[in-house]
Amino acid sequence: MNNTTTICALASSVGKGGVGVMRVSGGLSRTIAKKMLGFAPKARYAHYGSFFDQNKIEIDKGIALFFPAPHSFTGEDVIEFQGHGGISVMQALIKSAIKLGAVIAEPGEFSKRAFLNGKMDLVQAEAVADIIDASSQQAVRGALKSLSGEFSKQINTLTKTIIELRVFVEASIDFTDEEIDFLHAEQVTKKIQDSQQKIKAVLKSAQQGAILREGLDIAIAGRPNAGKSSLLNALTQQPSAIVTDIAGTTRDVLRETIHIKGMPLNIIDTAGLHKSDNLIEKEGIKRAHAAIKRADVVLLMYDGVDGVPDLGLLPDGIDDKSVLLIKNKIDLTDDRVGKTHLGGKLQLSISAKHNSGVGLLKETLADIAGLDDTTENIGLARQRHITALKHALADINHALIHLESFDIALMAQDLRYCGQHLGSITGEFSNDDLLGEIFSLFCIGK
Amino acid sequence: MSQHYGVIVIGGGHAGTEAALASARMGVRTILITHNIETLGQMSCNPAIGGIGKGHLVKEIDAMGGAMARAIDKAGIQFRTLNASKGPAVRATRAQADRVLYKAAIRQVLETQENLSLFQQSVDDFLIENNTLKGVKTQIGLSFFADKVILTSGTFLGGVIHIGGANYAAGRAGDAPSNALSKTLKAYDLGVGRLKTGTPPRLDGRTIDYKIMQVQSGDTPLPSFSFMGDGREHPEQIHCYITHTNEKTHDLIRAGLDKSPIYTGGIEGVGPRYCPSIEDKIVRFAQRDSHQIFVEPEGLTTHEVYPNGVSTSLPYAIQEDFIHSIKGFEKAHIVRPGYAIEYDFFDPRGLKQTLELKKLSGLYFAGQINGTTGYEEAAAQGLLAGINAACAVLEKDPWLPKRDESYIGVMVDDLTTIGTSEPYRMFTSRAEYRLLLREDNADERLTPKARALGLIDEVRWQAFEDKYSAVARERQRLECTWIQADDTQAAQVLNQTFNHEYSLLELLKRPKVDYRVLSQIESGKPFLDDKILMSAVENQIKYEGYIKRQLAEIEKYKKNENTALPADVDYNTIKALSIEVRQKLCKHKPATIGQASRIPGITPASISILLVYLKTYWAK
Repeated sequence: MNNTTTICALASSVGKGGVGVMRVSGGLSRTIAKKMLGFAPKARYAHYGSFFDQNKIEIDKGIALFFPAPHSFTGEDVIEFQGHGGISVMQALIKSAIKLGAVIAEPGEFSKRAFLNGKMDLVQAEAVADIIDASSQQAVRGALKSLSGEFSKQINTLTKTIIELRVFVEASIDFTDEEIDFLHAEQVTKKIQDSQQKIKAVLKSAQQGAILREGLDIAIAGRPNAGKSSLLNALTQQPSAIVTDIAGTTRDVLRETIHIKGMPLNIIDTAGLHKSDNLIEKEGIKRAHAAIKRADVVLLMYDGVDGVPDLGLLPDGIDDKSVLLIKNKIDLTDDRVGKTHLGGKLQLSISAKHNSGVGLLKETLADIAGLDDTTENIGLARQRHITALKHALADINHALIHLESFDIALMAQDLRYCGQHLGSITGEFSNDDLLGEIFSLFCIGK
Repeated sequence: MSQHYGVIVIGGGHAGTEAALASARMGVRTILITHNIETLGQMSCNPAIGGIGKGHLVKEIDAMGGAMARAIDKAGIQFRTLNASKGPAVRATRAQADRVLYKAAIRQVLETQENLSLFQQSVDDFLIENNTLKGVKTQIGLSFFADKVILTSGTFLGGVIHIGGANYAAGRAGDAPSNALSKTLKAYDLGVGRLKTGTPPRLDGRTIDYKIMQVQSGDTPLPSFSFMGDGREHPEQIHCYITHTNEKTHDLIRAGLDKSPIYTGGIEGVGPRYCPSIEDKIVRFAQRDSHQIFVEPEGLTTHEVYPNGVSTSLPYAIQEDFIHSIKGFEKAHIVRPGYAIEYDFFDPRGLKQTLELKKLSGLYFAGQINGTTGYEEAAAQGLLAGINAACAVLEKDPWLPKRDESYIGVMVDDLTTIGTSEPYRMFTSRAEYRLLLREDNADERLTPKARALGLIDEVRWQAFEDKYSAVARERQRLECTWIQADDTQAAQVLNQTFNHEYSLLELLKRPKVDYRVLSQIESGKPFLDDKILMSAVENQIKYEGYIKRQLAEIEKYKKNENTALPADVDYNTIKALSIEVRQKLCKHKPATIGQASRIPGITPASISILLVYLKTYWAK
């Protein structure tokens, strides 16, 4: 089963320390192993040595393990590089594997290959399907998270321009007898050149890392005096918020950044949610609503002694967000630290004041943020975007050449590839309904 | 009276004739039953064959030994190559036809085909046993039995013609509809839809003032449709003309809209978006003050003219008025009024890829009955149905054309997977592997398959082998002939400088270098002088990079393309799929993973999940 593409991905969590593992599976594994190690590894033997990039420059030192097909996790030739877990080292490893012909694994692809190659039994099939589903959704979410709004806006505008161009080009091909002069060569040339410049600019900013978002936003919401500010302090391990027993102490939005497994998380403490006539408090609640709407994850906190989780406190239009219920003050009740399910939501029982359950919360947040083994992390997502942008740029360069030599069919193909590459960034798999666009724009037909 | 045949074909239009001919060519005893032998090969709409996407289909039919290309080569009175300047993949041939010559050419092929009989009678009913079709019954009660039956009833099922407020039941102007069959089929719950199409009023050419119109001439040298043609069989060539509608025309039409059955609700059928009636054009594109009309002669022996672009179902009086408002038509006499026709079609998703019905074994549908429009689309389906019915009779594997192999494959896959909500017409943009599916290589793509199926005679096969061995030889020569770096004559011809030696093949790959330019290099001689061979070599070499890329794409999808999705899969039980995806799969019931992947909204992740699910399905 080595006739498929060769895939690579990190097989370990992303973190700043510890060990990082890159796994490569597929027909090119042997070649990649040889190039990156400088020698052909023995089967199932732990080699200690240097890892090199495609230009033979040392990236890291570590242990390499080669598992020839079919005796591997996926049933294909697999090579694993275990190095230092830093993001930059891991990215460099991935980059070299890509240069040597591998592609970044699709979500759940290792599991899928393992299953299809008979390395997992049928009982596991449903689970594999779930993994593919969950991790593909996570990957799309993750990819979007890695982008600032500005970046995805630019990509979307670019995609739209390419579609518009294609509508004209395809119309000029399929409806050549119509009187509409679809292709004013200069106009098309200019549009393609514009897109070319824009792709170049976006690529440049992506390469400079300007698009990396500052991390996940996590809003703490709840009634006054539920213990929100205590939780902020417990998570950040410093007294950022003023904590008193007086309900409504926090009237503005406070924001602190913490790191979990190398991923920045912005913890946002909001004013207590309730009906208030106090002008200042009212403004605080308004801001709290806005912050909750912007957040990626909402922690809905309530007093475990006499409170109930009230989803009605949250503003409308947040149905698609992850909402975690936090039952606080369990030091005053019989509850113990733990995870339960309540009304379809995950609930954590903690005591913010006594710092119990905060570790569990951090782990849960890491899971939600997609920092698990199967998901593509932010750095990797960026790598994927850069690759896609480079391809898109090459396509548009070709389109210009073919426009000059009047092979419109080839130009149309270049533009199609270009659109596909751009579309892969935002995870949209639009089908080619150009005909619909053509008919709505032009009066076609005899 | 009772007789047994291998295949019965009902209908003698473009689908029916290709179906009957294909089946008979494969050696199966075939009978074509039509309500009127005089209308075999009739062009009911505009007198032209080919065009972009459609020309590709005609070449494919020809590459499989079909009749359409050879008939139009004998009947074409103006030939043009469209998109000549846009690259070989989208170049397409189109010809104006002399209707009489076309019909005669088709009739001659039918009458001289071995294993094929013709019979004139309306078919009124099917003979069905245990959900399997056994034969047909005609209007006067004659029974014909067959292993397989192909129905190509065109617009005749439940056909209604509209002219203004007036309407009457008809299959096309002058012919009765087939209502009995329509009724029988409706009992099978095949999903019936209603479509409409229209024609313009036909004019008497002697009353048209051509002098003030723009002339449109054919190409020189004359192209041919058939791979076996050489242009010498074409009859006398003539001009077409172009004129335009104007503000006054539009005002007249606008004033009559309340009498157009499309706007009064008289017509419910959906018309094609790309071939709208003149009423439609004026309403939908109100900002345009003029629309183009192609003035197409109907033949050498008639004065009748087809003003292509003004199909209408307005009342006759308004038709007369607006025609007279058009430049050159001021005094034009209308010979036949324009009309719209509404007809039934059956949801093509009820068909297998062989075009056999899923619900009624032994019956095949081809042509407009499947929701398509156009002679070429109909003929291509006829060919496919004829081949597969014959394959079934001969107990051979069916022919399932693929999307990367032919436009026929694109069409049948689109129809059987996604269905259609308007008359389906071929466009090159429907083909994702457009660069592979060219007119010039239709023979290369299909003739060997046709040969294996028994559709091709010795003469054509020999010609095919000669052509492609010549192409291979020339390719080999270009690869091995080197032009030295100091060859100033070559540098001058190509207007480029060389820093080292290059093979002719490498030079031909450069943009702006074509075979004609290349052949001026003295040191590279001798070059080919046959145009068809030249372009075959040129296209093969110039497109190579893209073709490799497309082949790689195909290879990537191929692995699972034909993986069957069993009909009884309950997608609702696959919880890992999103509800939207589940609904789409339930609705379209794709036959293969490849088909599923082309349904809009089905993501690669859903395909992975389906593959995993299939493994468990088969294990159960």
